[in-house]
Amino acid sequence: MDSVWEYRNLLLAGTAVTVQLALASLALSVVLGLVGATAKLAANPVSQKIAGGYTTLVRGVPDLVLMMLLFYGGQQIANDLGSLTGWWDYLEINQFIAGVWSIGFVFGAYMTETFRGAILAIPRGQIEAGVACGMTPFLIFRRITWPQMIRHALPSFTNNWLVLIKATALVSVIGLHDLVWNASTAGRSVREPFTFMFAVLIIYLILTACSDVGLRWLDRRYNVGVDRA
Amino acid sequence: MAYSAETVSALKVDDLHKRFGEVEVLKGVHLDAAVGDVISMLGASGSGKSTFLRCINLLEVPDSGTVTVQGETIGMTVDRSGSPVPADMNQVIRLRARLGMVFQSFNLWQHMTVLENVTEALIHVLNMSKTDAQDRGCETLKKVGMLDRKDYYPAHISGGQQQRAAIARALAMEPDVMLFDEPTSALDPELVGEVLKVMRTLADEGRTMIVVTHEIGFARDVSNKVIFLHEGAIESEGPPAEMFENPVSARFRQFLANALH
Repeated sequence: MDSVWEYRNLLLAGTAVTVQLALASLALSVVLGLVGATAKLAANPVSQKIAGGYTTLVRGVPDLVLMMLLFYGGQQIANDLGSLTGWWDYLEINQFIAGVWSIGFVFGAYMTETFRGAILAIPRGQIEAGVACGMTPFLIFRRITWPQMIRHALPSFTNNWLVLIKATALVSVIGLHDLVWNASTAGRSVREPFTFMFAVLIIYLILTACSDVGLRWLDRRYNVGVDRA
Repeated sequence: MAYSAETVSALKVDDLHKRFGEVEVLKGVHLDAAVGDVISMLGASGSGKSTFLRCINLLEVPDSGTVTVQGETIGMTVDRSGSPVPADMNQVIRLRARLGMVFQSFNLWQHMTVLENVTEALIHVLNMSKTDAQDRGCETLKKVGMLDRKDYYPAHISGGQQQRAAIARALAMEPDVMLFDEPTSALDPELVGEVLKVMRTLADEGRTMIVVTHEIGFARDVSNKVIFLHEGAIESEGPPAEMFENPVSARFRQFLANALH
């Protein structure tokens, strides 16, 4: 384990990248999820089709395949567009940004389903009571739909978040220096891959345990007024 | 003002039509409520009485007809597909705040306490300060006998208490007209009385109320006008004394006979 201690700064830097990547991807996925859920629940058939296509595509294709497609394909499209229009020469997509986009895109689809189900779980009368009081649609969303939706969404949201943290490990294949990439590099150079992967395992467990504490707090907060079975 | 209070109806509905697909639910229903009127709307289920009430504050958009609150008519227009829509959503939102509504299934917000339910729209729709809203909230809850339950969540009180809290929520807005959509239909029989008692108090105070109900006793004893709907049209209407003691409509007689069994 001495070697792990020796490389602690590298591992910590990797952990920081992993955490930042996870949080930024989460933010993007929540935004995409809210937009997707709204689109799916809207009366407009076009928005329903687009959101439906999005979730069908993402849920039917392995995350890794989509990530590589978005990363390499995105790069290709950006450069083809550059040479076509002559607006830029060569574009190198930042790996962190690419990671956030691909993970956020993939988990946005899962969040879409999470939020859609959570909104549908709110009884129609809760909204109608707001409408009848003269509330604007935005006020109803902020004061009535949102807080009740969070409660319904939390179990599935928790699941998505834990899978998302783990999915960040996939971005090491596109060369982002995250925890996994740094650990495997260090492990290879001192020829102790197992030791370093064990350290990675521990770090991931610590991260998920920490988020569990936060999520429990959210769960308590958004479950006021509801009897727990 | 060019008009006196007597000449302007608190609520006037003219020739209201509503269709759900193939079914015409309302076939030209009208209503004229002066300030202080308590109008009971009776009818078998499916007669369109709840739909009518929901058209008044545009929870359902009527296909045609007009709704006028204190002399102000809700402007309607048609969208690109030819469906009727409000011309000015801001007007609708503003008028809704003046039409208090009480629902069959209470619809109290589950994540808020009883007091928070009452103060919510006072603070966020009427822009009252939090302390003023709480003062008015407590005062209103006291009136419906719910002050001692103000910090309870809806899930922790009885149906009758929830409905009284819901009445307080609508009442605290000091609406021009209160709309009751079968307020006792979801209650256990032993809880109906406490809700009707509160409604009776409001009627005695001279509040304008439109009450869709199955409570024949309330319609007869409390309201000053009864409307009987049959298949989306007004079959018979008049003061309760006239309606109940000497019902001219055979259908209304039949309805009463069924209801009183």
